[in-house]
Amino acid sequence: MEARRDPASEAGAAPKLRAEDLHKSFDGRVVLDGLSFSVADGESLVIVGPSGTGKSVLLKHMIGLLKPDSGKVFVEGQDVWAISERQRNELRKEFGMSFQEGALFDSMNVYDNVAFPLRRSGRPTREIRDRVRECLDIVHLPNVEQKRPSELSGGMRRRVGFARAIAHEPDILLFDEPNTGLDPIMTDVIDEVILNMREKLDATIVTITHHMPSARKIGDRIALLYGGKIIFQAPPDEFLESKDPAVRQFVDGSAEGPLTPEGQVVGKTRPSEEP
Amino acid sequence: MKFFEAIGRTVIRILEEFGHVFQMMGRVAGWTFRPPYDVPEFFRQMVRVGVDSVPVVFLTTLFTGMVMALQTVNGFARFHAESLVGSVVALSLTRELSPVLCALMVTGRVGSSMAAELGSMRVTEQIDALTALGTEPVQYLMVPRIAASIVMMPLLVIMGDAVGIWGGYLVAVKLLGVNPVRYIENSFQFLHVGDDVVSGMIKAAVFGLIFSLIACVRGYYTTGGAEGVGRSTTRAVVSGSLSVLFADFFLTKLLF
Repeated sequence: MEARRDPASEAGAAPKLRAEDLHKSFDGRVVLDGLSFSVADGESLVIVGPSGTGKSVLLKHMIGLLKPDSGKVFVEGQDVWAISERQRNELRKEFGMSFQEGALFDSMNVYDNVAFPLRRSGRPTREIRDRVRECLDIVHLPNVEQKRPSELSGGMRRRVGFARAIAHEPDILLFDEPNTGLDPIMTDVIDEVILNMREKLDATIVTITHHMPSARKIGDRIALLYGGKIIFQAPPDEFLESKDPAVRQFVDGSAEGPLTPEGQVVGKTRPSEEP
Repeated sequence: MKFFEAIGRTVIRILEEFGHVFQMMGRVAGWTFRPPYDVPEFFRQMVRVGVDSVPVVFLTTLFTGMVMALQTVNGFARFHAESLVGSVVALSLTRELSPVLCALMVTGRVGSSMAAELGSMRVTEQIDALTALGTEPVQYLMVPRIAASIVMMPLLVIMGDAVGIWGGYLVAVKLLGVNPVRYIENSFQFLHVGDDVVSGMIKAAVFGLIFSLIACVRGYYTTGGAEGVGRSTTRAVVSGSLSVLFADFFLTKLLF
């Protein structure tokens, strides 16, 4: 039993999520290369980084959808890969995750999609109906309950996916680019919902985004993922004003700098620090 | 050297596939008896595997019975044994043709759609989404499909037996003028329900397990977008059909 506990949690303040020295390769291509980080209870972490640096892969590790080649993932102090399949499934019920393309079940209509996590937790029909309506109202999508995912636009599908992720009011929320491809108004609506969830549920939130204004608004801390590691992390204001060349290049959106599309860090950047 | 490498790779791939299938069989068995039981989904799959396959199985076994009668009347007439046609048709249908042909047709019809469905769920991250919501995909997607296949295949075969025998009767009696009373009498004279019909149904249940398990595994491990879904579907039908034929030989050796 002892081996399953996160050694860091014995120190006192247990981080809600913690990754320790994660390594992951796909067909010889290294995606995560000794990545470590932690998210405190109730904290909102935003992960940014160029496309294809493994941000989604990292998120899938946090919820146990992918198994690291080496390294450990702890959720509430429990080693995700030291417990049984069944316990892992139970642990996942504390999560809400929205996927990049929505990942809606296309054999079901919108209502059934959002109701899915509620039904699986055995809530009464009336409560489910009210909660589904409430969630669809939150993402400004009334009157689509009976539509199939294939009848919705990409942005609408993503918003339904978001509604499904928050429906069962989970403790930990993982959002994979929740506002990519949305108009500026909807982007702000989603940001507001994320802030709301935090306030109301005291949820721990990890969000991936490319949208720096969103990152500033919803994050307690912003981390830059690059070359399989977190190369810089700081609170939003400090992050945006940082002189670190990699951060500057990313924030200013410049092709010139230490970050290259091949994923190699050129020149010096500050090493990542644990908060 | 390239040649040996290619052989080695193929062997490894086949062994890997076997590994996946047997590992998944264990997981499916484990998840079948754990709550929650999704009974409505089980019934939906029974309709898909069984009821929707009735026309295909009907036509397949009808024509098989008819051809069997045509061929045997022709052949047996050479040594004046037309009276035995009914027996030959009934025995070959119940013991062999009905289970195997049903399984091959259902593999093509249902196995392919299972692999395509699970495959596209995999590549659009729907299986990840299920897992992320704390639902075990093996239990939610595979158990109802495989259980429905195991239950419905024997029922399809029973229907196929009856239709095939009827088809044989039609050809022998109406077309070739064999005495109807003799034909019916002879059909059931040597047919033992316990041996012939039941062993055909056991075979059918095993075939149901084999094709649905292979289809689900192929779909579940799909990679590579739309092209990958196509590849999985083809492989589900090819390896499903071949496995049915292999298993048929060993089951026949075992059961008779």
